[in-house]
Amino acid sequence: MFNKKECVAMLLAGGQGSRLYALTETTAKPAVPFGGKYRIIDFPLSNCVNSGIDTVGVLTQYQPLVLNEYIGNGQPWDLDRASGGVMVLPPYQAKDVQDWYKGTANAIYQNLNFINRYDPDYVLILSGDHIYNMDYAQMLDYHKKNNADCTIAVIDVPLSEASRFGIMYTDETERITEFAEKPKNPKSTKASMGIYIFNKDMLEKFLIADAADKDSDNDFGKNIIPAMLNSGARMFAYRFEGYWKDVGTIDSLWEANMDLIGEEPVFNLHDRRHKVYSRSGARQPQYVGDEAKITNSLVTEGCEIYGEVINSILFSGVYVAPGAVVKDSVVFSDSKIMEGAVVSYSMLDHDVVVGKNAVVGKDRAEGVKIAVVGAEIEIGDGKTVEDGAMIYPGAENN
Amino acid sequence: MTEGIIFSNLHDDAIPELTKVRTMASLPFACRYRLIDFPLSNMVNSGINSVYVVTTRNYQSLLDHVGSGKDWDLARRSGGLKVMTPYMSAFAGTGIARFNSRMEALKSITNTIFNMTSDYVVLSDCDGICNINISDMIAQHERTGADITVAVKKMDVTPEKAARSVIVESDEDGRITEALIRPSRITGEHDVNINIWVVSRRYLQVMVHDAMARNLTSMSRDFLARNAAFAKYMIYRYDGFYANFSSLQDYFACSMSLLGDSGERNSIFSVKNHPIITKVRNSTPTKYSDDAKVKNSLIADGCVIEGTVENSILFRGVKVGKNTVIKNSILFQDTYTGNSVNLNCVVTDKNVVIRDYRTLSGSESMPFCIEKGKMI
Repeated sequence: MFNKKECVAMLLAGGQGSRLYALTETTAKPAVPFGGKYRIIDFPLSNCVNSGIDTVGVLTQYQPLVLNEYIGNGQPWDLDRASGGVMVLPPYQAKDVQDWYKGTANAIYQNLNFINRYDPDYVLILSGDHIYNMDYAQMLDYHKKNNADCTIAVIDVPLSEASRFGIMYTDETERITEFAEKPKNPKSTKASMGIYIFNKDMLEKFLIADAADKDSDNDFGKNIIPAMLNSGARMFAYRFEGYWKDVGTIDSLWEANMDLIGEEPVFNLHDRRHKVYSRSGARQPQYVGDEAKITNSLVTEGCEIYGEVINSILFSGVYVAPGAVVKDSVVFSDSKIMEGAVVSYSMLDHDVVVGKNAVVGKDRAEGVKIAVVGAEIEIGDGKTVEDGAMIYPGAENN
Repeated sequence: MTEGIIFSNLHDDAIPELTKVRTMASLPFACRYRLIDFPLSNMVNSGINSVYVVTTRNYQSLLDHVGSGKDWDLARRSGGLKVMTPYMSAFAGTGIARFNSRMEALKSITNTIFNMTSDYVVLSDCDGICNINISDMIAQHERTGADITVAVKKMDVTPEKAARSVIVESDEDGRITEALIRPSRITGEHDVNINIWVVSRRYLQVMVHDAMARNLTSMSRDFLARNAAFAKYMIYRYDGFYANFSSLQDYFACSMSLLGDSGERNSIFSVKNHPIITKVRNSTPTKYSDDAKVKNSLIADGCVIEGTVENSILFRGVKVGKNTVIKNSILFQDTYTGNSVNLNCVVTDKNVVIRDYRTLSGSESMPFCIEKGKMI
């Protein structure tokens, strides 16, 4: 017997994140580190918990090891529950079919049995690619108030960028009249955030029909939403006005990290009303040495800083030696920047060693691209890594 | 199998400025730890996964800190962490028995003691900081067939120090020949008891029984000192980092010794396979503003630093305002300093607020201590 849950969340976390290149070589995109001590998936997971949703299925497929290990029993998010909690749902072998998840809708379809155990009235579909704080409970209230079949969260984007998104056209009551996936000439600026609330029965009906259609891409944006709209279902747009950022590319991931610092950060992690939870271990406090200089940066426990850190985000256990400089950069856990080395406008994955007097990246300027160094790479003493370089883990570049 | 007993309230009077509102066990230390983290981590790192924490008063902060014990992997169906709060029977009348010694504490949990089935029991106080390999100590205890093994550290003893310590004399095999309880007029190098003992379980049960029958109250005086000639008491030499606090000055000096060259810090916090574990609070990373100037300091997560910090220790969630200068100070969790504040040799307890333009100073030998939650 399972307790009934009003709303079950399904988090699509199987994406490869191919445009993050070296950073997703061995890690699924939702498990990519962010903001000093988080991973991308902490944001939707924390949002669920802060919104009172305690039953979350996480759909994994690509490189799930790090992600599985990270989620574990869900304890950091208080999702280690006797009833509900977080459950990792990988693709599985069934009696008749054995398949990978073919698309976002197919992933949910294959896990309808998980959803039905909790007999929910609503299903919340989330993705693990965005940084934002949002109260899903408010969206659910809006969904109920409209007596809707489906509610899609939308955010205003500049018209010039609208062609990169799924765009909603609505009437004056915010009811969706038309939907266009990445339109060439968009006439609306309401972009889908990939956050959907469905009435469970309606969703189940459409997923079953979609699975029977051999020509379908089994995708929410391409298939389920248009099919529902065509059937005349009550679909509403829910306007979200807050920070929301897709971190699917190196540039946007870097920018989102930089949005955390500054006098008045665009996205304020220190706002205690929206706590973001993450799994963190027992590291000693950060030590700042006598000659160190740290300005406009985030620094995490376990770091030892003897050199200079400017406009940067340092994850736990980073070592910056005397005379080393880290500028406009994001450095993941346990990387070491040795004496006299300079790292600028770069992203370093975990356990990277930048040797003495080595140079990674170039000062940030027009036309200069971010240098990326994959996990556990050792850059030899005095070596140079050009701006825009992409060094994959295991590369023999040093 | 070995079980552990931690005494949370002994030495509560050592630093009255900071322990008025808490147990010695829940005294904050080194940015993010509480003193109980050290014995708890030492036990867990040595494979002990059944630990009793004996309390008698002021233990809310302790309960809040240890919770179910899950941060130490001690939230278990079998064994795990058990906090033994004072026990008042329905027939006890008005008085709650309070204890001030280890034997009295053990007498307050006799049911637990007499039901123990493990081979050995590790007893630890909470007034000291060390990273000790208790497995090794238990192995020695087993090898020598001792009744009690006492962890000692060789120290240069001053008369003041001696007057607060138990000094142990032993023969060349490490067998204790004499225990001097708070001796006067002793100086020089001596083995000092660091209040971590391994006791054979049967021996412990007999001791507690004996103490009840004869109304004995002190393990050191009534057993260690009196029985050394008849029983087999051994020393175990620990030579890593050790500090114990018997006054605010001690606490301040020991905290400050963590700064500077990383030697002392690493000998507690970076011992391989022996991490010091504490409660995870889920703080954000610490934010340094454009005007931040931080030197030779230990900083926890969750701080926002907009001013100058030198030779100081900041706990989680401390805010340092603009043009504020903090030197040689220890600021506990969620201390808030406004703009243009000057602090030198100050210890602020939790949630202290220091408003704009205030200047406060103590001295190294007598730091100025501000009570929990006060606004200045």
